[in-house]
Amino acid sequence: MKYYSYFPGCSAESTAIGLGLSVRAIAEPLALQLIELEGWTCCGSTPYGSLDELEAVVVAARNLALAEKTGLDLVTPCSSCYVILNKAAIHLEDHPQLKRQVNEALAVADLEYHGTLRIRHLVDVLLNDITPEVIAPKVQQELNGLKVAPYYGCQLVRPHYGPDDTESPQSLDLLVESLGAEAVPYPLKARCCGGALVISEQSLALGLIRKLLDSAARNGAQCIVTPCPLCQTNLDAYQSKVNSKFKTDYNLPVLFISQLIGLALGIVPISLGLRTNIVSPGEMLDYIYKVKREVKSGT
Amino acid sequence: MKSFVDEVATTLGGGHIHACIQCGVCTASCPVAGEMEYPPRKIIAMIRAGMRDEVLSSSSMWFCLSCHLCGCRCPRKVKPTELAHALESLAIQHGYSVKGTYTPAMYRSFTSSIRANGKVHEFGMMLRFYLLTNPLAALKMLPLGLKLFLHRRMPLIPEGAEGKEELSRIIQKFREVRGSQ
Repeated sequence: MKYYSYFPGCSAESTAIGLGLSVRAIAEPLALQLIELEGWTCCGSTPYGSLDELEAVVVAARNLALAEKTGLDLVTPCSSCYVILNKAAIHLEDHPQLKRQVNEALAVADLEYHGTLRIRHLVDVLLNDITPEVIAPKVQQELNGLKVAPYYGCQLVRPHYGPDDTESPQSLDLLVESLGAEAVPYPLKARCCGGALVISEQSLALGLIRKLLDSAARNGAQCIVTPCPLCQTNLDAYQSKVNSKFKTDYNLPVLFISQLIGLALGIVPISLGLRTNIVSPGEMLDYIYKVKREVKSGT
Repeated sequence: MKSFVDEVATTLGGGHIHACIQCGVCTASCPVAGEMEYPPRKIIAMIRAGMRDEVLSSSSMWFCLSCHLCGCRCPRKVKPTELAHALESLAIQHGYSVKGTYTPAMYRSFTSSIRANGKVHEFGMMLRFYLLTNPLAALKMLPLGLKLFLHRRMPLIPEGAEGKEELSRIIQKFREVRGSQ
């Protein structure tokens, strides 16, 4: 059993509830003990930092101080939280005066941040601590070479806080392959989906989402997988808006990597939050389960 | 009086600006450079030229998607993404009004939600944003909002973080500390 302090992030409880549910569901079979950080709040977020870059660091720092006390690595499944928390930790390390001020503020809650915490992304933990070699033998539901476009988005690989390449990353590909699915070539795998600007600059973001859907479809993907709650929401919930704006007919389910892992581990779709996906994964699930039945009846 | 470039260089995100050699890799890498009046390379040149009002009242940095391609490719380790957010923060701090984009209003709604709840409450945040900027667009967004709601992805009532009171006290104290130093 491996132990981590766990930071779900706001969206894993709301717009990306499927992420929160599926991460919980796969933890036990993978011998991953995720201990939710008690009293956590928002990581600080990009919008907060854009209005007040110093105050956003304090918001992050409270979480960092809470996590540091546990003595465990902090793991988050949210790519944005991962970047925000790491960036705040680096700012505090690089700016001693800011760190002093932040700690003076944290002291009202008897907290202090020393700077020893490791902040990691769930994908890094799955790949490097749990490892594909351990995951592969646990596969109970064959995925039958399901064609998957591994979509990293930006924050998992940029800036360079983790071990993967910033433009041609491999971690998701390796996880997908360990499950018996096929990672299709996906040239736009680490390009931007528009992020939060899907709200304020929708038409701009829809153009970017269209390119990502197009690249996945052209490479024969039956679904897209991503770890990022915002990428998933943009590609999944806004897919019909892309279709009406560009007169296209994409029908690509967008799963969290934790949902795909869960399916392969034999966990029932509902426990992985697959009913919260907007583009129905029904056809894809039929492919996985039906082929299994055929194989069975053939033997 | 401090020059504009020094003012920017003392922010958290602008610390690397002196290293820029104006090669333009940032602008060439940016997926939204075409939307910006002043793309990253140009805005750095303008900061160095002391064009404070033009830069801080510009909508350009508000188009940054935080994709970090620019910073990862920069041969001088400048971080234009972080610079963009530092410029946004300076513009807000000094009361500049920005035209041509709704992003500042969206960021305000987002941040208010965090300050009130300790977590982001998406429904409240989006409702506030659309009512403040474009109530008609809210109507257009209704079907998508409903879809998210029906898929259990859009809770109507904010849950509120357990640690929100403590966070508020910490923020309050930080404002006092900042103000006195």
